[in-house]
Amino acid sequence: MTHVAKVLGLLALAGTVVPPLLFLTRSIAEGPMKLIMLISALVWFTTAPLWMKGGQ
Amino acid sequence: MDSQPDSPGVATHIGDEFAREPVPPKALKGASSFWGMYAGEHTAGTEFMIGPLFVAWGASAFDLIFGLLLGNLMAVLSWRFLTAEIATQKRLTLYCQLERITGRNLVTLYNLFNGVLFCFLAGAMVTVSATAVGVPFGDSIRMPSFTDTLPTGALWIVTCLAIGAAMTFVALRGYGFVARMGHLSAPWMFLVFVACGIVVMAKLGSTNLFELIQPAAGSSPKIGFWGIVAFSWFCNSAMHLGMSDLSVLRFARKASYGWASAAGMYLGHYVAWISAALLLVYWVREKGVDPATGAAPGPMVWDAVGWAGLLCVVIAGWTTANPTIYRAGLAFQGMFPTMSRATGTLIAGGVCTVASIFPAFAMKLLDFVGIYGTILAPIGAVIVVDHFLADKVGIATEPATRTGTRFNPVVLFAWVIPVGVGLFLQQCYGFPAFFLPLPCWIACGVLYIALSKRVGPKTVLP
Repeated sequence: MTHVAKVLGLLALAGTVVPPLLFLTRSIAEGPMKLIMLISALVWFTTAPLWMKGGQ
Repeated sequence: MDSQPDSPGVATHIGDEFAREPVPPKALKGASSFWGMYAGEHTAGTEFMIGPLFVAWGASAFDLIFGLLLGNLMAVLSWRFLTAEIATQKRLTLYCQLERITGRNLVTLYNLFNGVLFCFLAGAMVTVSATAVGVPFGDSIRMPSFTDTLPTGALWIVTCLAIGAAMTFVALRGYGFVARMGHLSAPWMFLVFVACGIVVMAKLGSTNLFELIQPAAGSSPKIGFWGIVAFSWFCNSAMHLGMSDLSVLRFARKASYGWASAAGMYLGHYVAWISAALLLVYWVREKGVDPATGAAPGPMVWDAVGWAGLLCVVIAGWTTANPTIYRAGLAFQGMFPTMSRATGTLIAGGVCTVASIFPAFAMKLLDFVGIYGTILAPIGAVIVVDHFLADKVGIATEPATRTGTRFNPVVLFAWVIPVGVGLFLQQCYGFPAFFLPLPCWIACGVLYIALSKRVGPKTVLP
């Protein structure tokens, strides 16, 4: 479970920065870019607490 | 930009443990804790203000890119070779270390300034969050511009009061949850900052920062290369030159962990500031916004990356305002030991919330941060002199402990005189506040040596 959460978390981080790069190269439109970033944010905050330690 | 560690006397989180004694070897922490902490703490909501303010003040790409590079390097060196050295040799909090030099009563005075300035800083963070919360309400909330110092309307006040009250309520419940949230948010928030920069470059059709970031034609820049060097070096001067981070770095195994501050400086105060600056560049070029008036961070981030950006602004403001309110509460509690932590936090939250409805603290952040450093940083010079120079120049180390005094007037004069002169120059002659912390810090150290030699206790007790 932790392993899956970690992979999803890393994908979420990628989903935060890759769509803007694709937007820069005109490979994706602005709307889908923003949507992927929002979904990535939700995935990150769902999965990160399951595997990321520290901060207490 | 962010908040500082804690006050003495209340063991509630990392900085509060061993408040009155040196940190024992078993409690020391590894390097990764410090790299993570600095990276997270310096990616705050206020970074969304600072980058655009540089643009509003007419900074060029060269000034930004190389000025920030040098200024942040100086900040890292200050952390590494001053704060971390003293922290790992003494392993005491700032407050404990100060008390040994100044006596208890002067620490109380320091706590008052610390607490009030924390409240105003947290207020600026709430203001930044409010610009994001207000976006879905459209034109019914008028967003403040860089020239606004007073509330922009009734709905703006209600928004700030609601956010401030919510943050105070969370701060009342303790530090742990927010610290955890800040830790989890840090990598994502940093990438949202990067995303904002990339999207804006895409919209402007250029990735050449030197072409994009230029002062407006015919304008006279209010900040140049050395101004940016000074700002980036001294915006956290209360923490490094001012020694506030003794409370954190005393847990470091080695002084070399002071290099971890580079994570905060080069991710938060370099990449994030430049990305945030690009947001205003876009609004100036494509939406015709006057750079001097600027635009609020919320709408700019919303326009660039949508809901993820708004979430980022709110979380970045929240995760840094909350510990700031909490720590301001501890500072007030340190002044009145019989006061409960909840009462201290409520007072701090109340002051912060009232401050947040006035956009002045956020919109004049470059000035405010300079004043903040000018007032708090010089006291660190006294600690530096006491630690590195006292024996060499022939003055007593830790004089308050030697004499048992609760009030060392030498420190008070050494602190108040340069700060008073500095603030006079800033208020009456418009001297840029971000240039003041270093001269005030040096003057404080020199005055402390001179006054100690004249009226301080002897180096050898009878």
